[in-house]
Amino acid sequence: MSQLKHVTKGFLKENPTFVLFLGLCPTLGTTGSAINGLGMGLATTAVLTLSNVFIALFSKYIPDKVRIPSFIVIIASFVTIVDLLMSAYTNTPGPHGEPSLYDNLGIFIPLIVVNCIVLGRAEAFAAKNSVLPSLLDGIGIGLGFSFALTLLGTVRELLGNGSFFGHKFIQGDGMLIFIMAPGAFLALGYLIMIMNKLKKKLANS
Amino acid sequence: MEYILIVIGAVFVNNIVLSQFLGICPFIGVSNKVDTAIGMASAVTFVMIIATMVTYLLQQYILEPLQIGFMQTVSYILVIAALVQLVEIILKKVSPSMYQALGIFLPLITTNCTILGVAILTFQKEFNLLQGVVYAASNAIGFGLALVTFSGIREQLELAEIPKGMKGVPIAFIIAGILAMAFMGFANIV
Amino acid sequence: MLLTLLIISLLASAAMGAVYNLTKEPIDLAKGAKKTLAIQRVAPAFDNHPGEENFSVAADGDSVYFYIARKGNDTVGYAAETFSNKAFGGTLKLLVGFSPDGTINDIAVLEHKETPGLGDKMTKAKSDWSYQFNGKNPGNYKLQVKKDGGDVDAITASTITSRAYCDAVQRAYDALKKGGKQ
Repeated sequence: MSQLKHVTKGFLKENPTFVLFLGLCPTLGTTGSAINGLGMGLATTAVLTLSNVFIALFSKYIPDKVRIPSFIVIIASFVTIVDLLMSAYTNTPGPHGEPSLYDNLGIFIPLIVVNCIVLGRAEAFAAKNSVLPSLLDGIGIGLGFSFALTLLGTVRELLGNGSFFGHKFIQGDGMLIFIMAPGAFLALGYLIMIMNKLKKKLANS
Repeated sequence: MEYILIVIGAVFVNNIVLSQFLGICPFIGVSNKVDTAIGMASAVTFVMIIATMVTYLLQQYILEPLQIGFMQTVSYILVIAALVQLVEIILKKVSPSMYQALGIFLPLITTNCTILGVAILTFQKEFNLLQGVVYAASNAIGFGLALVTFSGIREQLELAEIPKGMKGVPIAFIIAGILAMAFMGFANIV
Repeated sequence: MLLTLLIISLLASAAMGAVYNLTKEPIDLAKGAKKTLAIQRVAPAFDNHPGEENFSVAADGDSVYFYIARKGNDTVGYAAETFSNKAFGGTLKLLVGFSPDGTINDIAVLEHKETPGLGDKMTKAKSDWSYQFNGKNPGNYKLQVKKDGGDVDAITASTITSRAYCDAVQRAYDALKKGGKQ
């Protein structure tokens, strides 16, 4: 299975968040809790995979001059479709009236369209490869992105609220700064540092 | 008074970069030098104001009458992409000196989420055209303020001794975090 | 060249239109259910669709929206969507449930930007603070924090949030007295 490397590369070697520093807005904006981070990651994965497949299918019929506009139309359509589906099926509020996943992600769902990861993969990979590798590439990079968002969300939720995926196990408040805006920057900075270290270790061994 | 509230709210209290998390990529990417930061901020200001006006008119006179609100994302991003191209062509013809200064930033702006973000927020906050333009301009100023402050700090940082593992992007994020904390002090002034 | 772009746009619009039509009903259902659920949490038990029976009262440059809860032919209460601009982090939106005589039944926070760990204690998910309003009638219960001479215990270290909360509830009560006779 040499194709499998398209899937695994997204986690560490070409991780969009920790290594390539792409798609940072949703990374910081939606990771106040692990579940929001995961939701955002999966929504992006869906758009990325679908647009990768369609662009791999049609790119040879698209003239070079209108390539970028065509890609944007394809990506924006899938974003709209994902947006509509999420507003229909992930829009139930929590037991105490907490906002639904759709409300929590808010403006970051339509903004998937300007996530550099999606257009970047379309240009750099899907336009030059056939359907199967593009599909796997989309899934791999998408899951790598989801992994990064969930990890950041978990860390912030754990430190800031003393809970893991909504299950509270430390009474009282945590270090609240981590679920507020500054904590997003701080946590991501330290995570990137740790990831750099890990990568170096892996490269040496 | 209402307009002053919009301005202070967007520039300081809900700063688009440090509290709304829009435009992080250019914030981290083109903030090594104060000069480039100023160039980027000017280009964003220019495009953001025009884009907000055009998308507002598009929403009012095309999407709403035809009841195709669900096409918002597609139409907005296409308009923004076309607009950026147009601005580039016009600028080249009309003011070559300004084109020299802003030209290299323009292609980056289509995928700058502040532009699309502010256009959508203007719609969501139900602003009218004038409020929308004021809101867009204040957000652009907020973006510029954050970007220029940040690049100033990063320029100084080159002289500082930083732990090896923190060099580059990690320390940039830590500083952004501290800057965001400073901006939290503006809460409740409007 | 333009033809390709046109074909792609047409196909894309068709796909979006199709999904829009498919999801239109579930989206409306989800929105309706969200409103009904919120009203159920605050208003006395009802058997109509308050989301569809509503009126608004102008207040401070904006409006307070009322949803009428009925059981059979009797009006059993109202749910008022009210707001305050005095909160710490921008606009605060509450849904206040009233009995017909203006007694507060229950209150839910719809939207807020208060500080986690401090101001957000006004939400039921974070603390029991907001239960002190239940069963009180603002006609004889002074909706101000004790520091300002009122009857409300403020949230520790969040006086501004507490004041804004009282302000929003007071606005709903005033609006009810002004226009709640329908």
